Amino acid sequence: MLNYSIRQLGQALRHREFSASELTEALLQRIEQFNPALNAFISITPEQAREQASTADARLAANTGGPLTGIPLAHKDLFCTAGVRTTCGSRMLADFIAPYDAAIAERCQADGMVLLGKTNMDEFAMGSSNENSFFGAVRNPWDRQCVPGGSSGGSAAAVAARLVPVATGTDTGGSIRQPAAFTGVTGLKPTYGRVSRWGMVAFASSLDQGGMLARSAEDCALVLQAIAGFDARDSTSAQHAVPDYSATLDDDLHGLTIGLPKEYFSTGLDSDIEQRIQEAIDEYRKLGADFREISLPSSALAIPAYYVVAPAEASSNLARYDGVRYGYRCEHPRDLLDMYTRSRGEGFGTEVKRRIMIGTYALSAGYFDAYYLKAQQIRRLIREDFQNAFQEVDVILGPTTPTTAFALDTQTDDPVTMYLNDIYTVAVNLAGLPALSHPVGFVAQRPVGLQLIGNYFNEGRLLNSAHRYQQVTDWHQHLPPGCADSVHQ
Amino acid sequence: MQWETVIGLEIHAQLATRSKIFSGSATTYGAPPNTQADAIDLGLPGVLPVLNAEAVRMAVCLGLAIQADIAPRCVFARKNYFYPDLPKGYQISQYEQPIVSNGRLEIEWDEGQRKTIGITRAHLEEDAGKSLHEDFHGLTGIDLNRAGTPLLEIVSEPDLRSAREAIAYMKQLHQLVRYLGISDGNMQEGSFRCDANVSVRPSGQTRFGTRTEIKNLNSFRFVEQAIDFEVERQISVLESGGSIIQETRLFDPARGETRSMRGKEEAHDYRYFPDPDLLPVVLDAAFIEAVRERLPELPDIRRQRFISEHGLSPADATQLTAQRAWADYYETVIQSLDARAAKLIANWMLGELAALLNRCDLEISASPISSEQLAGLLRRLQDGTLSGNLAKEVFEALSHSDDDADSIIEQRGLQQVSDTAAIEQALDAILAAHPEQVEQYRAGKTKVKGFFVGQVMKAFKGKANPQTINALLDRKLSP
Repeated sequence: MLNYSIRQLGQALRHREFSASELTEALLQRIEQFNPALNAFISITPEQAREQASTADARLAANTGGPLTGIPLAHKDLFCTAGVRTTCGSRMLADFIAPYDAAIAERCQADGMVLLGKTNMDEFAMGSSNENSFFGAVRNPWDRQCVPGGSSGGSAAAVAARLVPVATGTDTGGSIRQPAAFTGVTGLKPTYGRVSRWGMVAFASSLDQGGMLARSAEDCALVLQAIAGFDARDSTSAQHAVPDYSATLDDDLHGLTIGLPKEYFSTGLDSDIEQRIQEAIDEYRKLGADFREISLPSSALAIPAYYVVAPAEASSNLARYDGVRYGYRCEHPRDLLDMYTRSRGEGFGTEVKRRIMIGTYALSAGYFDAYYLKAQQIRRLIREDFQNAFQEVDVILGPTTPTTAFALDTQTDDPVTMYLNDIYTVAVNLAGLPALSHPVGFVAQRPVGLQLIGNYFNEGRLLNSAHRYQQVTDWHQHLPPGCADSVHQ
Repeated sequence: MQWETVIGLEIHAQLATRSKIFSGSATTYGAPPNTQADAIDLGLPGVLPVLNAEAVRMAVCLGLAIQADIAPRCVFARKNYFYPDLPKGYQISQYEQPIVSNGRLEIEWDEGQRKTIGITRAHLEEDAGKSLHEDFHGLTGIDLNRAGTPLLEIVSEPDLRSAREAIAYMKQLHQLVRYLGISDGNMQEGSFRCDANVSVRPSGQTRFGTRTEIKNLNSFRFVEQAIDFEVERQISVLESGGSIIQETRLFDPARGETRSMRGKEEAHDYRYFPDPDLLPVVLDAAFIEAVRERLPELPDIRRQRFISEHGLSPADATQLTAQRAWADYYETVIQSLDARAAKLIANWMLGELAALLNRCDLEISASPISSEQLAGLLRRLQDGTLSGNLAKEVFEALSHSDDDADSIIEQRGLQQVSDTAAIEQALDAILAAHPEQVEQYRAGKTKVKGFFVGQVMKAFKGKANPQTINALLDRKLSP
């Protein structure tokens, strides 16, 4: 049952093979067993889960459930959930309980999904290793000495360890795809505007996009169906029709043209990873896809542009955490300035403070043109690169990350090396495109991820491609060592 | 040395939308603290702004009324600074691409002195909350009811040359926003407030002097006092060999002085950048035309029409168009009478009606006497049914009644008697009964005429038409 897809779980629930409550109990038990070692969850919510499971069971009994009714999930701990604390992995919000649900949380609940808890993350989604959490680092289920990637590291670890079939994530520069690659799961970052950002705590508003990590593209399709669509509360949400993602999963790949950007296969890419990618390309070719080399000439500018735009927006987005209305406030402030500086100094971690400083600098009078405006120009170039490429190809393929998961505590003192983890992923956010990472094998027992990038609102083609690949491979079915025991049900 | 004063005003007009500019909270003034602030106004994590379309329409209204350019595409920007009553740590405003630019407003002051003042720009922004320092024993209370209230910041060119011009401009703009119905202009409640940029330079010099900015002036009187003080202060600094420091100053109404608040070196770096939570606002020509079609007639044009079509005096026309509600009232009355009644209507509105409203402390929109009631009354005055004195009695009665003037006249039997035969009969009897007074009159003591008029009035219980009595007396007593 651990490798049941969401569709299979749904069928089993509707056929009364087990109830939503039984499924929930089984997974709560697995969380209890594995989470102490993995630290994938910041909050576990058994009471709410049991309540929601019994509601789901009632719907299932009345045959009014949908494909997601009774399916357990976890939310990254920056999706606001009414009544359950939303910490963003920060001391600043360690006790913050939102009075409202994020749009994603609302939609999942409306479809009858059962929330098991809130997953660990890099503080305010800033990081690529999940070591920047006030609640401690998350361990990679494949190798507990390694990081799971970040910032959606808790979601990735939870799905990889089969603690939950699907978990939400957010992706500002790779925060869904990189941890998906590091933990051998499938992660989708939808088109900017495809999924509402209402109630999703902002890191960099023009880049942030909510999505999900699951075991397969098929599972991602079902959840995307639930959370995609226009929301009047988010002005950047797109009024674009939502297609039936499951209906096109099995489409033939003959006639699909996949572009291979030469910039993604050059220096810096681990040769073993390149080998796994080449093997996957062969599988795709066998499925009927054509390949063509393309160029994304501005790729090298993506990281510098990203590390101006994202911190600039973050410096402003995080200004509201001032100790005045909610969140952490320092003890015995002497005056207003003291309250501000100590509340923020004590409430935020190092990486968050570093990015606030970078962003504040980039927006300052005299530097704005050289940094922020220049970065916006680069952004346009990057978008044009992709638009040109999509004249010739349907999908772009490459590695998700230049390396596999690295050991804990090895990159924390070197932010620039840490930032290079995002070298293949940030351009997608700068352009606002959809992209997906799926597992394509292992290097030294550590998972390798492949990234597919699509044109705007073409999530369907990405899910279809990955699904066809997953029909002929089983990398997504591999269980991390030590996670197979205690199979209930 | 002769000095020339140079003034530019930044006026914040609170827009009269029902809900806030980026949230659905109400904008009603005076609610208990923090009862009109939702998650968006509080800047809770994860919330997002959605622009109020009505605020955009109102800004376009003003832009059209001042013949400005309406940006086909305008952008909201974040103005970043920390303050306890600024919940998000930034104010959503407009910076490089405001919605309105390059407008102008004609002002008039000191009987017929006219001048056109350039308006650089008008941009939309949200207001901050309020910090309350009293009642908290050394702590500060924050009320976020006002946070997110829509403001239109209207920035003039440095075209104003005296406090009087500045006041004339401010009043003209105040009248305009109220006419357009885009702001209630209530200055006590802060719906219309002003920052003044003031500098002086030797007469004839083209280069501007160093300016200071006086913040948050919320009455016409304070603006005048603050500017006058600041001009005197700057001149005396310069004349004693000093130089003006570019700084922000606060006006202290109790002392009638301005004092330094912060200097240029302490000026904030607001780190403006486009707000990524809001899309650029794109206005097409059809939208702008639709707003234009619904614009009310503007006060200056209306005033001219009252003079040329109704023959009102410029002074009356100015008073009647000062507020849209007064002009609307006047127009309803004149529509049910005719243009010849214009002067009569003006006299009654600016006399009796203004006094009544003043006594009851009411706006004309809440007038106890409706325009229809006043029209009915004036109709009877015009056709001779009522004398002036009787009309005042009916007016008084109307102020306590929903009845029309005719019903009141009927109920109280207040019709004026203009029946010449009846009056003549009574007059003859009175003259016959008072031969002595008739003799006195004929001997040249014309004051006695008043006695006869009084006697006739007494006979008719005050309702005889005085003009008729006078005419009859003149005929009968003429030698």
